[in-house]
Amino acid sequence: MRIELERRPAHSALFSALSPFIALGLTVIAGAIIFTIMGKNPVAALYSFFIEPLTEVWSLHELAIKAAPLILIAVGLSVCFRSNNWNIGAEGQFVIGAISGSIIPIVFYEWHSVLVLPLMIVMGMAGGALYAAIPALLKTRFNTNEILSSLMLVYVAQLFLDWLVRGPWRNPEGFNFPETRDFNASAILPEILPASGRANFGFVFAIIATLLTWFMMRHMLKGFEVSVLGQSARAGRFAGFSANRMVFFAFLFSGALAGLAGISEVSGAINELQPVISPGYGFTAIIVAFLGRLNPLGIFAAGLILALTYLGGEAAQISIGLPDKIARVFQGMLLFFVLACDTLIHYRVRIKSAVHANAAGEGA
Amino acid sequence: MSHHDTGDESCLLEVRGLTKMFGELRANDGIDLEIRSSEIHALLGENGAGKSTLVKMLFGSLEPTAGQIFWKGKSVQITSPGQARALGIGMVFQHFSLFEALTVAENIALSMDQDVTIEGISERAAVLSHEYGLPLDPNAHVADLSVGERQRIEIVRTLLQNPELIILDEPTSVLTPQEADKLFETLEKIRSEGRSVLYISHRLEEVQRICDRATVLRHGKLTGDCDPRAETPASLARMMVGSDVKSVSNTGGKIGEKILLEANDLSAPARTPFAVALENINLSVRQGEIIGIAGVAGNGQSELFDVLSGEERIARDDGVKINGTPVGRMGISARRLLGAGFVPEERHGHAAVSEMTLSDNMVLARHRSDASAFLSGGPLKVIRHGAVLQASKRIIEEMDVRKSGEDPEASSLSGGNLQKFIVGRELDRQPTVLVVNQPTWGVDAGAASRIRQALIDLAEQGSAVVVISQDLDEIFEVATSIAVINEGALSAAEPATDMTLERIGLLMGGIHGEEPAREEAHAH
Repeated sequence: MRIELERRPAHSALFSALSPFIALGLTVIAGAIIFTIMGKNPVAALYSFFIEPLTEVWSLHELAIKAAPLILIAVGLSVCFRSNNWNIGAEGQFVIGAISGSIIPIVFYEWHSVLVLPLMIVMGMAGGALYAAIPALLKTRFNTNEILSSLMLVYVAQLFLDWLVRGPWRNPEGFNFPETRDFNASAILPEILPASGRANFGFVFAIIATLLTWFMMRHMLKGFEVSVLGQSARAGRFAGFSANRMVFFAFLFSGALAGLAGISEVSGAINELQPVISPGYGFTAIIVAFLGRLNPLGIFAAGLILALTYLGGEAAQISIGLPDKIARVFQGMLLFFVLACDTLIHYRVRIKSAVHANAAGEGA
Repeated sequence: MSHHDTGDESCLLEVRGLTKMFGELRANDGIDLEIRSSEIHALLGENGAGKSTLVKMLFGSLEPTAGQIFWKGKSVQITSPGQARALGIGMVFQHFSLFEALTVAENIALSMDQDVTIEGISERAAVLSHEYGLPLDPNAHVADLSVGERQRIEIVRTLLQNPELIILDEPTSVLTPQEADKLFETLEKIRSEGRSVLYISHRLEEVQRICDRATVLRHGKLTGDCDPRAETPASLARMMVGSDVKSVSNTGGKIGEKILLEANDLSAPARTPFAVALENINLSVRQGEIIGIAGVAGNGQSELFDVLSGEERIARDDGVKINGTPVGRMGISARRLLGAGFVPEERHGHAAVSEMTLSDNMVLARHRSDASAFLSGGPLKVIRHGAVLQASKRIIEEMDVRKSGEDPEASSLSGGNLQKFIVGRELDRQPTVLVVNQPTWGVDAGAASRIRQALIDLAEQGSAVVVISQDLDEIFEVATSIAVINEGALSAAEPATDMTLERIGLLMGGIHGEEPAREEAHAH
C-alpha cells in the first residue's frame, strides 16, 4: 500500500481563507480529547485554558505582555519567509538583542538619563540584526543552508547568556544567584496603563511594527521586491533586484525586530538578565507567522491567540493541576493543524494498494 | 435519449458537449470531438482558444464543468493523470519535466508507477527508441542533450506506458526542421500500429502534412471539424482566427548611421556546468536595423541575452555599449534607464511572476524606468497602484490581450496573450534598443504576427532591435540582417536578402565560410 499526495487541479479560495480557523477549531477539539483522556472535564478545562484568562483586566495585560514579543518577532519573520529566506534563529537574535540592549543598564548601571532607554532599544535592535547577519553572510558567501546555521546560533546565544549571567555580569550584590543587577528606573520600559495592569510599551512597539510592515509589504516597492524574490529569483534578477542584498535585508529586518522584542522583554517585564529569558518566543513566533498567513495583520491576531496558550498553560497548572507543558502541546497541535489544513487544501490524499499499482503497470 | 449514455464504439475517444468554466469565462463551451483508432488528429487553435483546457480535461488534470467523455464507447470520468494513463492515454507536454542532473534512464524510472530497476528501464527504453527511430542513449545525462533529444525522452517515457492515445502539445515548437521530420516518421510508425495521436499545433503546414483529421477551436468554441488535406492554409487559418491572418508587412525602413547597441569581443565563461560560454562575440545594431540571431536551442542564446540585458554583468565595461555608453558592468535597471528594453524567453518566472497580477508585473520591469509615474513618496518608494493599473490597461488594449477579470494573475493568461502583454510592456516605453529572445515561442499565429509587426514598426521608428529566435521563418520575416549563434560563437551578420536557408544551416552546424581557409593556412 502506498499513500500519495496528489495536487488538486484547483484549490478553493474559501477554504484557503478559512484554514486558520479550521485549524483552531481542530486544535480545540483535539485539546478536549486530550483533557478527557487525562480524566479532566473537557469543558471546564477548555474554559480555564482559553476563556478564563480573557475575563479579567489584569490578565488581559498579561496577554499583551506575552503577545508583544510573539508579534514583533513573527512580523519580522514574515518578511524573511516571504522572501524565501528561512530564519529559524529568532530565539537567538532575541537573546542577543536582550544582551546588547542590557550593556548600558548592567555595565554603566549608575547612569540615569532619558537617553538610556532609547539607546538600549537601538542597541538591542542592532545586536539582533548583527547576530542575524551571520547566517546571511554564510548563505551569500558560502551558500550555507540558513535554516541550520541560524538554528545552531540559537544555542550559542543561549549558552553565551548563561555564561554572562553566571560569570562576568553576575550581580556582585546578588548573593551568588545567577542574575545580573536590577535595571535602574531610567532603564525600565514604562507601563501603558499602570493603574490596571503590567502591560508595557512593548505592546505599542508591536502595534507600530505591525502597521509599518503591513504598509511596506502592501504599498512600497521594497515589499514588492520581497514578494518577487520570494516567488522567483530569476524574475527578481530581470527586475534588477539583487537576491543577495535581499538575504541581508530579510535577516537584518527580522533580526532587528527579534532584538527589539528581546530588549523590550528584559527592560519591560523582567528588569534584569537571567540564565533563561524566553519561554521559546522565537520558535513560537514561527507558528504565529504561519497562522497569520505571513500577513502582518493576520500575525497580530495570531500572536494574541498564541499568547493565550501561554496564559492558558499557567491557568491549567493552577486551576486543573496540569503541567504547564500543556501550552507547548497546544502550540504544537496548532502548527500541525495549520500545516495539515494548508496541505489538504492544495493536495488530496490517495491510497494506492500495491495490487492496484501492479495491475495498472501490467495493463500499461 | 440512450444515444447520450453510450458513445460510438468505433471511436477510441469521444467527447460530447464538454464545457469548462473559470468563473465567468467559458474556456471550453460545448466541445465535441471524435478520435478514431489509428488516426493522427490535429487540435488547432490560437493561444487562448481553449486547446490546453480541453487536453487537461482529457488527461484528468482539470475537471469538466459539464459534458461527457467516452473511452471506447463507455462513459468515463477522468479524475487524475494516473487514471488517464491507466485507461491508455499518454501525454507529452510542451514543457518537459526532466531532471537535468540525472540520466535518461533515471528520468524515465522516476515517472513509472511501479518499481523497476534502472537496468530494466534502460533495456526497454533502448528497444523502444530503436523501434520508433528515436535514437537515445539511456545512460546520457539530460543536461548534455538537445531539446529534440529531451523531447524523445518524454515520448519514450509515454510509449513505455503502452498508451492507445498519445497527446502531443506543440511538439515541434522547439525542434529544428530535421528533428521535426524525424518526429513525423515516429508519429507515422505509431499510427501504423493502431494507436492514435492527438496533435496540438498552430503550424498549419505540419497539420496538413501529417494529420488525418483536424478539430479547430476559437474562443473556447468548436469552429471546424475537417480533413486538413482538403483545406488550404488560408481556410484553416480562417477557422482558427475568424478572419484571414494579417501577413506581416516589412517595407524595410531606413537604416540609420548611429550604432545603438554594440558588443565588442564579448566573452563570458559558463556559469554552470550546463551553460554555454560566450566567445568573442561582435555585434553592432544601428537605428532601424533588426538583427535576427538564428541557432539551434542551447547554443548560448540565453547566455547572450543575459549579458546584453545586464542580468549577468561582465568584467569589461566596453564589452557591451548601449547608445555609445559602455554598460558591461551595469545592471539591467541602469541599462533600461539608457532606453533599452528586454524580453526574455521564459514567460513564467522570468519575464513575469506567474502568481502576480498583470499590474504587478508592470512594476516588475518598469519600476526604475517609470519611477516618476509609478512611484511616489520619495525614498519610501510607495507604488501608485492607480497609475500602474492605468498603464497596464493601456498595454492590454494596445496589444489586444485577452483575459478574464480586470487585473488577473499572469498565470491565468494563455501563453500568447501573456507574451503580447510582456512585449507590449516594453514597446509602450518606446525603447531605443530592444533585445528579444524567442518572441513567439509557443504563440499562435494571430499573436505571433501581431508581435512581429510590432517589432518591425519599432525598428521603422528608428530603434535597434535584436531578435534571437529558433524559428527561421520568423527571422526571415522580420530581420534586416541575420547572424547565427553556434556553441557560444556568433557569425558575422549578413544582410537578410543575401542569406539562404542552406547558408544558415551550414552556419548552425558551425561551418563558417572563412574558417576552413584559416585552418589550411595553419596546417602549412
